[in-house]
Amino acid sequence: MNTILNAKIPSGALHEKWDNYKADAKLVNPNNKRKFKVIVVGTGLAGASAAATLAELGYQVDAFTFHDSARRAHSIAAQGGINAAKNYQGDGDSINRLFVDTIKGGDFRSRESNVHRLAQVSVDIIDQMVAQGVPFAREYGGMLDNRSFGGAQVSRTFYARGQTGQQLLLGAYQQLSRQIGLGGVRLFNRTELVDVVVVDGRCSGIVVRDLLTGEITSHAAHAVVMATGGYGNVYFLSTNAMNSNVTASWRAHRRGAMFANPCFTQIHPTCIPQSDESQSKLTLMSESLRNDGRVWVPKNADDVRPADQIPESERDYYLERLYPSYGNLAARDVSSRAAKRLVDKGHGVGPLKNGVNLDFSAAIARLGRDVVQERYGNLFQMYERIAGEDPYSTPMRIYPATHYTMGGLWVDYELATTIPGLYAAGEANFSDHGANRLGASALMQGLSDGYFVLPYTISNELAPLLNKTIPTTDHPAFVQAEAEAHERFSGYLNVKGTRSPDWFHRELGKIIWDYCGMERTQQGLEKALSELPALYGEFQKDLRVTGTGESVNQTLEKAGRVDDFFQLGMLMCRDALDREESCGAHFRSEYQTDEGEALRNDQDFCHVSAYNSTGDPMNPDLVEEPLVFETAQLATRSYK
Amino acid sequence: MRLINDLKLKVWRQDGPDAAGHFESHTVEKVSDEASFLEMLDQLNERLILENKEAIVFDHDCREGICGTCSLMINGQAHGPQRGSTTCQLHMRTFKSGDEIVIEPWRAKAFPIIKDLMVDRSSFDRIVEAGGFITAPTGGAPDANLILVPKPVADAAMDSAACIGCGACVAACPNGAASLFTGAKISHLNVLPQGQAERYKRVEAMVHAMDDQFGSCTNHGECSSACPKEISLDVIALMNSDFRKSKSKNRKALSRS
Ligand SMILES: Cc1cc2nc3c(=O)[nH]c(=O)nc-3n(C[C@H](O)[C@H](O)[C@H](O)COP(=O)(O)OP(=O)(O)OC[C@H]3O[C@@H](n4cnc5c(N)ncnc54)[C@H](O)[C@@H]3O)c2cc1C
Ligand code: SF4
Ligand code: FES
Repeated sequence: MNTILNAKIPSGALHEKWDNYKADAKLVNPNNKRKFKVIVVGTGLAGASAAATLAELGYQVDAFTFHDSARRAHSIAAQGGINAAKNYQGDGDSINRLFVDTIKGGDFRSRESNVHRLAQVSVDIIDQMVAQGVPFAREYGGMLDNRSFGGAQVSRTFYARGQTGQQLLLGAYQQLSRQIGLGGVRLFNRTELVDVVVVDGRCSGIVVRDLLTGEITSHAAHAVVMATGGYGNVYFLSTNAMNSNVTASWRAHRRGAMFANPCFTQIHPTCIPQSDESQSKLTLMSESLRNDGRVWVPKNADDVRPADQIPESERDYYLERLYPSYGNLAARDVSSRAAKRLVDKGHGVGPLKNGVNLDFSAAIARLGRDVVQERYGNLFQMYERIAGEDPYSTPMRIYPATHYTMGGLWVDYELATTIPGLYAAGEANFSDHGANRLGASALMQGLSDGYFVLPYTISNELAPLLNKTIPTTDHPAFVQAEAEAHERFSGYLNVKGTRSPDWFHRELGKIIWDYCGMERTQQGLEKALSELPALYGEFQKDLRVTGTGESVNQTLEKAGRVDDFFQLGMLMCRDALDREESCGAHFRSEYQTDEGEALRNDQDFCHVSAYNSTGDPMNPDLVEEPLVFETAQLATRSYK
Repeated sequence: MRLINDLKLKVWRQDGPDAAGHFESHTVEKVSDEASFLEMLDQLNERLILENKEAIVFDHDCREGICGTCSLMINGQAHGPQRGSTTCQLHMRTFKSGDEIVIEPWRAKAFPIIKDLMVDRSSFDRIVEAGGFITAPTGGAPDANLILVPKPVADAAMDSAACIGCGACVAACPNGAASLFTGAKISHLNVLPQGQAERYKRVEAMVHAMDDQFGSCTNHGECSSACPKEISLDVIALMNSDFRKSKSKNRKALSRS
């Protein structure tokens, strides 16, 4: 078990570290690259970019996804855009400013060296994606257009209508497809990772389940990358795609990879409020809407008049009032909590009084309907489909929802987990966003990890392994892991209880949302920690999975995912209870200023909380990685 | 919220690729009109599990019309009765109590049924692998503003790039052709300055991969009406014209090298 965490931060001044690292990194000769097999699990932005690039370099790559095609990963749903410190608008942006914004946005709970590298390579991502044919928005002169996003005072966000994630993912998917066509990558679709295999302390490969036949097989490799996305679906209702889950990360965690900051989960301020109990997921309305939409609630809590009949003087534009310099663009956690407080006080709008207004009438008056349609047309259409109301004439109703998870597998500067040979990239790792992620920074991070970081750090790891033999899939560790996987899945089928996996997932989600959501308290978390093991016990005794394990069985797939969500949920609540401070998205009600803002405790909590698995997620083993701020000023975050 | 009752569903069930399929009837009660169509199916599946029956298998993921995973022929229409949207964006407010709803998988030779309502669309991936990309290995790209792209060109590329790869166009086509899908990808890449170097090589390779797997296009236009992203038939025209040109251009390019 690990007791000390070494982030392996290279020497030198902050802006020289990445260059120093690359200058010293060991390389694999082009002819030798084909002797190495690298497994990439996940083909979202992080996985597809990594797999394609590693194959271009000459490594043999096997890529795995549970989706039917690499084009479908959850990354496809990202709407708003991707940040890069290009300073194309000449508005004062720079690598340093993006670095500082990201550190500050993360409320000083991320590692300076990683974040600075992210800001550095951000500029290369845009070049790469444009070369790939991503149709970013353009000005009439033909240059790239930018917009601004929450938590920044410059316009550095590149976008492709409201479908930026789709266009970036298609770019990476096409590049990956080219490699598949050339034979550089073998793609295993509809195949789910169910375990990670460790031999003599090194990651030797993975065990997967074919979702079409239920067959369980092993795959050995020199290195394995987890690019398997975030765990927001632990809340049941979230903006994540329905199939996003924590299984890959969790199985790695159980085999020795440390899990960092599990309680850092982001609640996005602009989602369509829940309409009824049968709801299966929530839909995000891109934060970019806050560029032109004004957020307000009626000043009078009992006001049920339609929005257009409430005079200006009786509206509370609370973000503009509370945070004059950032206004409607205040950081996500700040905006979300402000909305929750007003709704809790009865100022909510809509039939269930569970939303706030996002009003475009001023923007339409100022810019004209055409410009607004050009910028947000497809988002408005999406809203109308779901809510049945026209946002050109009635304000949108929005409310915060779970959206992104900053926590994830602990990684060092090389994106290596605590299992040698196992890497984590994209939303699956914990690295760059601290306690809160800024908008348009996840796409940037996923592509940075996959295109520009892993190819260097993996070569550095592989070089010394040249011509050394690695364990094959007949090694007892693989055989054992396969047997355990068989047992696990037949176990779910054999419980033969009375309740479906979805039922348990919904109940689990309610507990996590109520006690480990937007506001957390000691009392609430303790309650959650007493309720969770009981519900998990029920799950183990009373689960019902119909069908068999020999053909497509989505109920069975779901059972495995819910099992892992339960264990993760316990760890999240533990972590939230332990962190006795408020920082970023982690808001402990006991720790707030008189004005209700987050009160950080740098004395005791200026660290990453990383957990070793003990087999019992109620009693994990905590190791702290201290965070040192040498360049960014450790300051109270303020969007006022 | 209004409750919809007595929905009579006829759902295609098929145990596996080679099994014979059949329609199964279910009556669904108490569905909120705010629910989505897939949430209605979730509700039915929950009930089936409680009745110790196997849940109906169907593909879905984002549930917001962008990933292209969901499918379904609903009363004979790909993605159901609402134009310009996917099955997951269809809401129950479109239906009323007592309605009969027939639910089938995509029916096309190139999309074999896997189970129940789930089909295999990897034939689309084969088309992209054949040439639906721009060769630009990581690392060597010039500054993004070096090559200007006129806004109308970027917009046209984006219109085509909006395709979500759902396969409705193929399912709606009497011939099971994939011209709209293939044309959309070709039009996205072939209008951009970055896509010019491989323009004719791309169209040739992709059209051949398409012809190997799908039926041939006879200009019915059903594809575009079924398309949730309303991809225009113009993309097929561009594909055909570039394909014709490729026959001479590719030869010339070769003889020069
Ligand atoms: C609605 C929405 C809008 C967003 N908008 C923005 C935005 O505008 N800008 C921004 O920067 N970020 C945005 N984000 C966040 C961003 O989209 C994600 O953080 C990012 O795309 C994650 O990419 P990824 O590659 O890490 O993972 P994903 O895209 O989630 O990919 C995960 C991959 O792993 C595979 N996988 C997972 N588990 C397994 C397993 N066990 N076995 C096999 N395969 C597995 C999946 O099949 C998939 O291929 C948004 C997120 C949401 C929910
Ligand atoms: S062209 Fe339209 S119908 Fe065909 S795959 Fe693309 S989005 Fe679907
Ligand atoms: S589920 Fe993604 S488009 Fe329908």
